[in-house]
Amino acid sequence: MVNAGSPAALACHGLGKTFSSGSRVIQALDGIDLTVTPGRITGLIGPDGAGKTTLMRLAAGLLRADAGELRVLDLDVSREPLAVQSVIGYMPQRFGLYEDLSVQENLDLYADLQGVLAVERRGRYAELLHMVGLARFTARLAGRLSGGMKQKLGLACTLVRPPRLLLLDEPTVGVDPVSRRELWAIVQRLVREEGVSVLLSTAYLDEAERCDEVILLHQGRLLGQGTPASFSEPLTGRCYLVNAPTIPKRRLQMRLTALPAVADAIIQGESVRVVARAVGPLDLSSLDAGPAGVEIRPVVPNFEDAFIIRLQGEHDATTEESPPLPMAATMANDDAAVIRVDRVQRRFGEFYAVKDVSFEVRRGEIFGLLGANGAGKSTTFRMLCGLLPASGGQLEVAGHDLRHAAAQARGRIGYMAQRFSLYGNLTVAQNLRFFASAYGLTGQRRRERIRWALDGFDLERYADMASGDLPLGYKQRLAMAAALMHEPDILFLDEPTSGVDPLARREFWHRINLLAEQGVTVLVTTHFMDEANYCDRLVIMADGEVLAQGTPAETKARFRDAERSDPTMEDAFIALIEQRAQTAGEPA
Amino acid sequence: MNARGGALMRLRGMVRKESLQILRDPSSIAIAFVMPVVLLLLFGYGVSLDAQHIPLAMVIERPDANSASFAAAFQQSEYFSPRRFDSIQDAEQALRERQVDGIVWLRGDFSRRLLAAGDAPVGVILNGVDANQARIASGYIQGAWQSWLQAYASSHGQELTLPAAVEQRVWFNPALRSRNFLVPGLVAVIMTLIGALLTALVVAREWERGTMEALMVTPIRIGELLLGKLLPYFVLGMGGMLLSVAMARWQFGVPLAGSFWLLLATSTLFMLVALGMGLLISTVARNQFVAGQIAILVTFLPAFILSGFIFDIGSMPAPIQFITHVVPARYFVAILQTLFLAGDVWPVVLGNAAALLLMMLIFFAVLGRKARKRLE
Repeated sequence: MVNAGSPAALACHGLGKTFSSGSRVIQALDGIDLTVTPGRITGLIGPDGAGKTTLMRLAAGLLRADAGELRVLDLDVSREPLAVQSVIGYMPQRFGLYEDLSVQENLDLYADLQGVLAVERRGRYAELLHMVGLARFTARLAGRLSGGMKQKLGLACTLVRPPRLLLLDEPTVGVDPVSRRELWAIVQRLVREEGVSVLLSTAYLDEAERCDEVILLHQGRLLGQGTPASFSEPLTGRCYLVNAPTIPKRRLQMRLTALPAVADAIIQGESVRVVARAVGPLDLSSLDAGPAGVEIRPVVPNFEDAFIIRLQGEHDATTEESPPLPMAATMANDDAAVIRVDRVQRRFGEFYAVKDVSFEVRRGEIFGLLGANGAGKSTTFRMLCGLLPASGGQLEVAGHDLRHAAAQARGRIGYMAQRFSLYGNLTVAQNLRFFASAYGLTGQRRRERIRWALDGFDLERYADMASGDLPLGYKQRLAMAAALMHEPDILFLDEPTSGVDPLARREFWHRINLLAEQGVTVLVTTHFMDEANYCDRLVIMADGEVLAQGTPAETKARFRDAERSDPTMEDAFIALIEQRAQTAGEPA
Repeated sequence: MNARGGALMRLRGMVRKESLQILRDPSSIAIAFVMPVVLLLLFGYGVSLDAQHIPLAMVIERPDANSASFAAAFQQSEYFSPRRFDSIQDAEQALRERQVDGIVWLRGDFSRRLLAAGDAPVGVILNGVDANQARIASGYIQGAWQSWLQAYASSHGQELTLPAAVEQRVWFNPALRSRNFLVPGLVAVIMTLIGALLTALVVAREWERGTMEALMVTPIRIGELLLGKLLPYFVLGMGGMLLSVAMARWQFGVPLAGSFWLLLATSTLFMLVALGMGLLISTVARNQFVAGQIAILVTFLPAFILSGFIFDIGSMPAPIQFITHVVPARYFVAILQTLFLAGDVWPVVLGNAAALLLMMLIFFAVLGRKARKRLE
């Protein structure tokens, strides 16, 4: 305990909360006992539906608990919500900035609501604006700020009266890596200099390691609480990095996953990170890696390893081996470019959403478009699908120029939109039948493809459920099945894993790998930097421009220096953004 | 800082924020000022329930002095524009082709039967497709016939031998201009639009954009939050009301017989009722589409149809008449039409104002119970 005498920042005992929607009752939180130590950063970690947001809202007095007791800074939240609200700061997932008010007007509003005296304001504003780097933008409307700047303004508004406990609900979701780093620096400074206690929820597992303490929630129950190291230590001696020079990394990962001795295998950089089921030497002789053999290096376990293993134990349904996807025909892997993008531009009025973007994608490749929100990824995608005409440049998909033959090109592609775009009130089977008809499949062929989707994506047991009620991971499977109904040669995936928990993300990438193995060309956008390593090649975009292009290894190697011997994709991304800011900052 | 200072500061923050948003949001301005002008112009100029220049066929089988004098009476009237037809067959053909809305048929024995002072010698055929128009035309034709008969009798030194003479006098709107009662009624519709629809929409927008969650977690009291929403929209709604009254008075020449201050006081009451409805809707509907639908169904359409603004409540079927009692606009339309056309008729104004006051108290009591600083 840092401050042995002071009360816990948050303490609950037997806390429970249920929601009912129609006839279904959802147990959002179930008998939670925990204590948040003051003066520290405590991370609230868990997959979707774990109950993180519910816990935050209960602590902020926005919901009323059904069972148990919840005290915030020694105040009973259910009895004195107003007293709690005047000593905490809470930033909801989508912080409510008024987009039609300026930065200054937003600050003024929250200063009024929080009762900050006029004499204190000037100093506090200057301090906050300096801290979040918005001092130059006070007159700008909040709606005109970038995603990262909005998030920082939201934080400044929550901090306008210095809170004793700061609740941050997924503050870094969808924020570019540079802003994410800055947000963390701000939070760490608050704890260090102002002694604020912070409870922060996150879906990024690498952020868990930056917390002093971690609370692990799963399906409304507490799985554990402790320092990040206390979670990963039990895995010591079970984690390895595996390289096999003769086997491409994606294939190696798939084959490792299939081994009974392996609990988890993911691509990390140019290697595959493996967690063994037990301590002891890892026997990989069954891989048949040829004379070059397999290189195995033991590594220190991290929080993500621990998280996955912990959740696999909880959740046998998701670890169930899904059958490989049988595609009708395996296409040949050759070097022909199936997508050609040449100096493409897209203007909206004065604003260039995409400018001078060029790249080529070869058959059977997984090609990534990496960038923060607003970088122009989705616009590029819509142009490639023929949904949006380009303002300039050449676009060719499967040999068709999109300006003249968008319809033919569209017949060869499958598109999975960023947001769930199926009919929520139709059942899974009805959705599949509709999409099969929409792609012009009939009779025997249609029945075959629907059967394929139900079996291959393990959707059989949900066939009669309204698709809007599916768990998020299954919604995503259904969307992917619908996009593959007509056996397209090219699959476009727009932020397919956004909002999906790490377990479902793993399973999803497993399917993508299988598709690529069968010769389907996959074009995917993502803002998860670690997912970029799953791609064969990628472009990094910012503000509508391509900043870098190449394989993940090439891209990262450009930023290898004395300081960073093994830069991550995130390091590379941040370095590229900084480089660009420097060149843009120089007077022309 | 004392408690009252804190409350005032929070309220100031809310009011300032709402006002800035209203000023910057073109859709609020459109609903508050453009819609009223459009509605007023539409109802002031476009919709008229009066019949004027009704096209009529005149069939005179045997022209003589009497029938010519009778036809001239129609010619001079501004209600009719008669056309002469030679035979009843031609006139019926014209009626079928909707060239005329009615036929006035003077048979060959018109003068003889007139002198015999027996039954009416005039035949009238009307196109009943537009029932309202036909009813009006029938009334006008009868009126024209009677006044001609009187003129005829006095000029011939005879005593009119009708069983009873009806002498009509229309009070408060002598010219029977429909504009004079439509335009004041419209004020109620416009205020409902601003008070209920606009308020429900802006609160729903706060839910949609996630700003409500951030507001609720500040130390603001629920009463301050509601009051902060209410004040700016009250001002906006009263602005819309004053604009409508000014247009009614000077653009359309509707007389304001009663006192302006009484109009202002009753409008304040109705504005509060409308805002109460808007805020109540917003506690249920958390997206703009649903809020808009509910507001239109529950407040705007009843104000339009069931308030007596266009359709007379007295001629509605009894169950519908019963329903109109829960439509606040009904009471306000009655007040408005009385104040504009008849003057300060205290029993009417007070009775209806009491009903509005009761409704306002009920809405705010429910609001006080239902509105909570919680997300569920």
